Amino acid sequence: MIGILKIAYRLLVNDRGKFIATLMGITFSVFLMVQVTSLFSGMMKKASSTVTNTGAKMWVMDRSVTNVASAIPLPDYVLDSVRSIDGVRYAVPLYSGGALLRLRDGTYQPVTVLGLDDTSLLGRPRLVAGNIEDIYAENGFIAVQDAEFPKLQNPAIGTEFELNDHRGVIVGIATVPASGLFGMPTLYTTFSRAAQYIPSMRYTMSFVLVEPRDAAAIPHIREEVAKLGYDVVTDDGFVDRITHWYTFRTGMGMNILMMTAIAFLVGLSISGQTFYTFVLENLEKFGALKAIGAKSHELVAMIFFQAIVTGLVGYGLGIGLCSGMVALAKLRMPDYASIITYQNLGLALVMVLVIAAFSGYIAVRKVLRIDPYDIFRG
Amino acid sequence: MVNTAIDARGLTRWFGEGDTRTYAVRDATFAARFHEMLYIVGPSGSGKTTLLSIISGILRPNSGTVAIDGTDVWGLRERQIAALRLGKIGFVFQDYHLFPTLSTRENVAVPLVLKRVAWNEAMRTADIYLDVVGLAKRAGLPPTRLSGGEQQRVAIARAIAAKPELLILDEPTASLDGDTGRKIVEFVKTQVLDDHTCIVVVTHDDRIYSFADRILHMEDGRLLDDGGHHA
Repeated sequence: MIGILKIAYRLLVNDRGKFIATLMGITFSVFLMVQVTSLFSGMMKKASSTVTNTGAKMWVMDRSVTNVASAIPLPDYVLDSVRSIDGVRYAVPLYSGGALLRLRDGTYQPVTVLGLDDTSLLGRPRLVAGNIEDIYAENGFIAVQDAEFPKLQNPAIGTEFELNDHRGVIVGIATVPASGLFGMPTLYTTFSRAAQYIPSMRYTMSFVLVEPRDAAAIPHIREEVAKLGYDVVTDDGFVDRITHWYTFRTGMGMNILMMTAIAFLVGLSISGQTFYTFVLENLEKFGALKAIGAKSHELVAMIFFQAIVTGLVGYGLGIGLCSGMVALAKLRMPDYASIITYQNLGLALVMVLVIAAFSGYIAVRKVLRIDPYDIFRG
Repeated sequence: MVNTAIDARGLTRWFGEGDTRTYAVRDATFAARFHEMLYIVGPSGSGKTTLLSIISGILRPNSGTVAIDGTDVWGLRERQIAALRLGKIGFVFQDYHLFPTLSTRENVAVPLVLKRVAWNEAMRTADIYLDVVGLAKRAGLPPTRLSGGEQQRVAIARAIAAKPELLILDEPTASLDGDTGRKIVEFVKTQVLDDHTCIVVVTHDDRIYSFADRILHMEDGRLLDDGGHHA
């Protein structure tokens, strides 16, 4: 069978015009599919940046919370109650909110402020300048050096600003794994200072961050928090919740789905049509093979082999093209929200295999119907 | 020892039903021996190609039997018939039907590859047969770079590479000038025909009749001769 597949391969690649046209269809289709889905993945990563940057294992929140930005403040007793649950190693509060900053030149800039537990500073970022202890200094804030950093006019340690008529001072510069979705710079400070400086409702805790004793303790913690009337999710669970919300409640998911479907249909139509034409033009030759003695299953194997080879080569080219474009875009736009995940690659591969199977199927139907007698009749 | 290569009896094939039924072949009986070059001649539409298709296991007759080297062709299953064609019959089609995107060598090797001969071995054998037909130096070229006569020789090399017992040539001179056509048929007669091979040629080119050992005439689906039955 290897020899037969070699013939199929040569028939395919030596017909350069058709082969390149089919490849282009699949490559373009894969490029679009991966580009769109990786953009979605990138946006979801940014939307979940607070969760991933903080690194807490479990998050306690109001049951109505759908994402970090929609946090509903929790009463103080929740923190005490969670701390008293058997299986909780420790639990700390987290403040997450928005504020308006007045910069040195008098311009205003909206920022995200994260207030870390005063005692443990759980969830603190990795500093690239300054000392973490300085966060306790008067009016101390740590600025995150990400794509949004220039919006703070590239502050250095000692740079002052105003936050709701309070004086603030940059005491450290930090980096985080992921920047936020909405293009706002991020400042870290202590929980108490955040609650003091930023106007808020009666309650100030956005979330309670929990470290379970071990994985076995998680179900019990869930039960006990549920009894309090609140929700607790793992970090992965929170990321899933955020992704679900953006996917199904904002229209973003449907738009991405439609773009992916359009890319799939483009690939299917171009590749299916070209591959079908390729087989049609070789129909008499396949008939001659049948007359010589090729069996139907051998012809089927040849055609599906050609379809799969085209699909996989196109897949590789599409992935390469997309990776190159994303890398190039990130060079020019550091905040470009696109990450190629294994899920994106897997989805595109499945789509390509469907395209190959469809193209192969319509070609096989034609080839199996050809009567070698027609070859003799000319 | 069986000396009969083809034993065809009472072959009938029609197309259409009722008032539109047309007989392409009607009660054809004939035999052919090994080491015999048999011509089936007649005007266009006389049923030559249909008869050829029936005896080579491509078109099932409505009635009658065909035995190739003692094997009842139409008593076999489809897969067995395909195996019989691959193993015992070599075809030289009127339009050659060479793959333009394969090299000449690869074209000749196709039946060998279908017979599961290892790739390198198939290529070596193809080179040998290309040498036999005088095209050894053209092995790496695609058929589209060859002349009509050369393509015909490639088709012959492909047909004989798998050492068939029955070689079928359908209008072998149709696309060739008179001189080239004669040389091709002479080549087949002198270089291919042996004690283990029977060659059937369908043609209406009377310039090559001189190479025939025996000629059967067809008209309106009937063999006009007695068929020279040797069984």
